[in-house]
Amino acid sequence: MSRYSIGIDLGTTHCAVSYLNLDSSTSRGAEQTMLPIPQVTALGVVDAKPLLSSFLYLPNANEFPAGALALPWDPSRSDWVVGEFARSHGSKSPTRLVSSAKSWLCHAGVDRQSGILPWQAPEDVQRISPLEASSRYLSHLREAWDHQHAVEDSPMSEQEVVLTVPASFDAAARDLTLTAALNAGLKNVTLLEEPQAALYAWCESLGERFRKHARPGDVILVVDVGGGTSDFSLIAVTDQGGEVELTRVAVGDHILLGGDNMDLALAHTVNQRFAANGKRLDPWQFNALTFACRAAKEQLFANPELPHVPLAIPGRGSSLMGGTLRAELGRDELNTVLAEGFFPVTTINLLPRTARRTGLTQMALPYAQDAAVTRHLAAFLTRQAGALARHQSTPDSQPKSFAHPTSVLFNGGVFKANPLRQRVLTVLNQWLAAEGGQPAKELEGADLDLAVARGAAYYGWVRHGHGLRIRGGTARAYYVGIETAMPAVPGMEPPVKGLCVAPFGMEEGTQADVPPQEFGLVVGEATRFRFFASSVRRDDKVGTMIEDVDWNNDFEETAPIETTLPSTGTSSDQLIPVNLQAAVTELGMLELRCIEKSGPGSWKLELNVRMKE
Amino acid sequence: MDMQHQHQSNPGLLARLKVALACFSKALSDGAFVNQVTPLLHGVPTTPAIPHVPPPPLPPPPAAVVPAKPSPEELQASALNLLALLQREGRLVDFLQDDVTSYSDADVGAAARIVHSGCRKVLLQSLSLEPVLKDSEGAAIQVPLGFDPQRIRLTGNVTGTPPFRGSLKHHGWIATSVKLPTLAASLDARILAPAEVEI
Repeated sequence: MSRYSIGIDLGTTHCAVSYLNLDSSTSRGAEQTMLPIPQVTALGVVDAKPLLSSFLYLPNANEFPAGALALPWDPSRSDWVVGEFARSHGSKSPTRLVSSAKSWLCHAGVDRQSGILPWQAPEDVQRISPLEASSRYLSHLREAWDHQHAVEDSPMSEQEVVLTVPASFDAAARDLTLTAALNAGLKNVTLLEEPQAALYAWCESLGERFRKHARPGDVILVVDVGGGTSDFSLIAVTDQGGEVELTRVAVGDHILLGGDNMDLALAHTVNQRFAANGKRLDPWQFNALTFACRAAKEQLFANPELPHVPLAIPGRGSSLMGGTLRAELGRDELNTVLAEGFFPVTTINLLPRTARRTGLTQMALPYAQDAAVTRHLAAFLTRQAGALARHQSTPDSQPKSFAHPTSVLFNGGVFKANPLRQRVLTVLNQWLAAEGGQPAKELEGADLDLAVARGAAYYGWVRHGHGLRIRGGTARAYYVGIETAMPAVPGMEPPVKGLCVAPFGMEEGTQADVPPQEFGLVVGEATRFRFFASSVRRDDKVGTMIEDVDWNNDFEETAPIETTLPSTGTSSDQLIPVNLQAAVTELGMLELRCIEKSGPGSWKLELNVRMKE
Repeated sequence: MDMQHQHQSNPGLLARLKVALACFSKALSDGAFVNQVTPLLHGVPTTPAIPHVPPPPLPPPPAAVVPAKPSPEELQASALNLLALLQREGRLVDFLQDDVTSYSDADVGAAARIVHSGCRKVLLQSLSLEPVLKDSEGAAIQVPLGFDPQRIRLTGNVTGTPPFRGSLKHHGWIATSVKLPTLAASLDARILAPAEVEI
């Protein structure tokens, strides 16, 4: 039985699996192997593709013939189908399609463990939770692996699996991702942040040559714009006693903005021309128009000389020539909509627009209201202005208004278009020049679609002591909310204080005892704490008390902690004095415990990922 | 007494005696029998009297007209699979079944783009196609002695023995690998595309 390190990129629109044989003594270099994933691509047809579409379709009992959804490892499957066919058929019957399960997994406003997807589906459609959907994608990947490696007898449950999550995922979302993996039958799972995985893939592909491009003092900005999300991270290259070290110093928020938004924007622009001519497109045709715009966009970006590209939208009937609608996508339009709309030239201090929500809003995923990626980038760099302070060898002569990166690593399918990469670099270099900084350069050679899965597999090898590991610890500092004792004033909520239980950058495998505070927990009853996180406060140590966390912009509230301590046999309703202890496991998960002050009791606090009341 | 007799080629004497005696007694008692036998005596063949039975009911019509499925080899299922794949990705069957004469060049061109992009994707994913001869078309080439006539076709002034000098008019196509997905056995390969009903 061989030992493998398996990297799984569980993406919003696509999943990929890469693997590395741990028994070999060298890394793979540029030859980074991917697992082909068999999936149903049409009724009765199973084909292996390099990516698994993260879509799940729940068919009606009479919809498909028997055996149409059979897989090589499950010939009798008929209730649900995952992959390419789910995506293509689901676009025609969207009420039965589960999509963007990953974005729902980090949405605090819904109960992520109850059956809510497909979102707002009619009564007779069976519904599943985002947790269950993610778990099914992972078990499909596990079954595909086991099927291919059956001869070798190396099932995925026995291998070391590295699963990627966005850096902006908070503790609750990471916890759910890990639960999904355990439910899918994977036992040995570590979580890795996606921007770090992209950097690992770049390091692996360059081999030792990466040291020429990443020198101590460099700050690498990872810009990851995928199909549905944007994620930013800063990684500093430092010199620790003669050795080069990589440290992740800052992460951004989870922004629901990506390549799909851009295709939709192009489709709406072309649709306006159809509407002006009196032609109305039905939803299926609009979908086909979006798809055609995506292909046209790639063509225009790949050939700078083409002035325009024709678009053809087929009709649904059998007469292809009679039913086809024709249009054109011009280069000017492309530049206006994409470059000006999504990557506008902006100054560093302009924050993303947040329109005030008036009255009723539809309950749905919290899509970004400002589509400008460059404005979100500006907000991230400004917010993290102090991130690099402790990692610099010489302090700055004058304080900077934003964190200055020296190089940029791009990730995500959106950046396959060279003009968009150059655009981001141009805007960034304008900001740097305005503050007297050096222009940033691009780190080249990344495979934009597959880097995350490949980097995750490589990380499994790095954990065994090879190559260079990115340090960083927790991406946020975590605080427990403590209600203050105040005289009751009608209409005024008492301010909530925050007690720091896990400082920023707490390393994996360490634990911290919160200095003794008088906490009493009632045994036998449910206890509830509010829980906060901050991605900017780096100096708070364990036990620091912050006065007012509710209205402070530095803090965001995550899922509350709820626990019911089982009674230990003595009378219930007993108040037991406890101390809090925080630990970060080797997997990168945050765990909180209540340790009985004068006794052996120790209880784990669970993050409650159900709806915020 | 109703007797049915099979036509025997050569009844023996005892058999004849039996029949004669039976006919004698039946003719005296049964008038209908006499009516039946009289034409026989005069040599006209008759059909035996069938008691009136109502016609048997028609077999119930089959619920769905599904003739027995021929085996995949008979059907040339792999060829049908490829056609179904080209229809699914590129709408090829829709394009070919349409009447091209009634449309303008622009309409045909727009449809051709759709068919081209979809079918090209199928070819790239399931086949590896390469030219038979790698030279550019129009270039002068030499056809050597012992060439494979299936790979190279000669046209024009074909006289004498190889080696020949000529110019390349079409570089040919050869499939170097085929990896088409197969259809599950429980499904009918003859259905290239299902009818779509929107509810």
